[in-house]
Amino acid sequence: MDFKSIKEIKTHLLKRKISIFELNEFFIDKIKKSKINAFIFFDEDLIRKRCKELDSIKNDLPLKGIPIGVKDLFCTKGIKTTAGSKILQNFVPTYESFVTNKLNNSGSVMIGKTNLDEFAMGSSTTTSYYGDTINPIATDKNLVPGGSSGGSAAAVSANLCLGATGTDTGGSIRQPASFCGVVGIKPTYGLCSRWGIIAFASSLDQAGIFSNNVEDASILLKEIAGYDKNDSTSSDITIPNYFKKINENIEGKVIGIPKEYDLPNIPDEIKIVWEKARKKLEKGGAKIINISLKHTKYALPTYYIIAPAEASSNLARYDGVRYGYRSKSQNNLEEMYESTRSEGFGNEVKRRILIGTYVLSAGYYDAYYIKAQKVRKLISNDFNDAFKECDAILTPTTPSPAFQIGQKEDDPIKMYLNDIFTVPASLAGIPGISIPFGKSKDNLPLGIQILSKHFNEQVLFDLGLFLEKNNE
Amino acid sequence: MKIDKKTILKIAKLSKIKLKENEIEEFANNLSSILDWVEQLNETDTDNIEPLNNVSSSKLPLREDKTVSNNSSNQVLNNAPEKVEEYFIVPKVVE
Repeated sequence: MDFKSIKEIKTHLLKRKISIFELNEFFIDKIKKSKINAFIFFDEDLIRKRCKELDSIKNDLPLKGIPIGVKDLFCTKGIKTTAGSKILQNFVPTYESFVTNKLNNSGSVMIGKTNLDEFAMGSSTTTSYYGDTINPIATDKNLVPGGSSGGSAAAVSANLCLGATGTDTGGSIRQPASFCGVVGIKPTYGLCSRWGIIAFASSLDQAGIFSNNVEDASILLKEIAGYDKNDSTSSDITIPNYFKKINENIEGKVIGIPKEYDLPNIPDEIKIVWEKARKKLEKGGAKIINISLKHTKYALPTYYIIAPAEASSNLARYDGVRYGYRSKSQNNLEEMYESTRSEGFGNEVKRRILIGTYVLSAGYYDAYYIKAQKVRKLISNDFNDAFKECDAILTPTTPSPAFQIGQKEDDPIKMYLNDIFTVPASLAGIPGISIPFGKSKDNLPLGIQILSKHFNEQVLFDLGLFLEKNNE
Repeated sequence: MKIDKKTILKIAKLSKIKLKENEIEEFANNLSSILDWVEQLNETDTDNIEPLNNVSSSKLPLREDKTVSNNSSNQVLNNAPEKVEEYFIVPKVVE
């Protein structure tokens, strides 16, 4: 029996070809043997206890018994939640995040908490206090899984769970999905509640899903989406049954190709795959048109003002008073704050707090932060205009396949360029999916990104399913 | 924008982060190059553009501003690095 599709396993479970216990023991065993450091927290007894609990429930539930990995940025009641940081090494939340609470109510088994870049700041999962996660695609090559949700992407790719949650602020789901050869979807800003997700940049943070295939992503997204009164930016809309409605017939769909994404320094292997996807869609009956998203080149600099600004504000709460790590040097309150934060945060987090504090400081606020918010509006307008002409936009997910651990670490801007294709959608709050499509010249997975207008996740699943079935 | 030692120390102070001697230069250089890089935003014309601070396109409902208690003060206090009875303990503030 192959344990890769939630849809199929659901059938096996219902027909009693396999029990919830057998299914989860399979994954427990795989996680114990795994050497990729995908998990920060894993407790097999807790999993068995949960299986017993689910077994005693008579009626079926949408995800009954399905093992799901949870990015360690989601608060889990009574279970340590670290955000990949030393400063939260002993933090045990007293409440459950909205998303994980929904997953629990759907009958899923929380198989473990996955590794991530510290406070979700990074594109490599190498800034975690809990060690690097290794990309399972080619463990001998020592490649990054991408980030920040690298542990979740790696866990799904290595078949250590059947799906995982992630969060995406500037590409933190789509980029690792691309690097690890799995499906990753960042829904529309506001579709999933941010309640209980440790905040990085609140105007950008959005929860989403990793899975082995597009259909599973459509099943899982429905289970984590929905209105929540505890998140003031949560949207009160009816969540469609994406899975039931999924339709790989793409005839007549209009797909935009943004010319600004065709950058001169992007390697040929990326351009070739992009071109192939375009041709496949055309063959399937879609209409391909050229579009322009004029302000694309300003997306990254805009993001690297807005995200650090919001982060510096959000991370002000880590002061060593109420929870988390506290420094031993505490001769006075000021010293306690400063030592706690200096010892508790890693370099990338400090760098972003410093940038954020600078751009928000007196005299610079208008020049940087307000300016960035205005350019954000221009970027958002570009997308609104484009979606008057097309149903979806097709781009590569990343400018390269997975790179080696340690590479790009000396130069923060080089690292930031990883997100060049994912950040614009984040700024506009539109949904995006990364589908494994094609291979690099070294046979590493590559991803193709599809974007659509607000709350049109369905078209991402439809086109995604088509590309998945027509991948070579 | 060149960030000098004085500026980085001021920013660090505002951020409540203590920098080691070798970090001062490293972060000053990092910040300088990042700020140089974001300067390119000045090429854009944003004269009549409103800043975008909420990307949501749907109506965001309001809720009643009511307090709820789930009696978790004990659990909350369990996360405290230092506590006495029902209080968080911090270094002495008033002499």
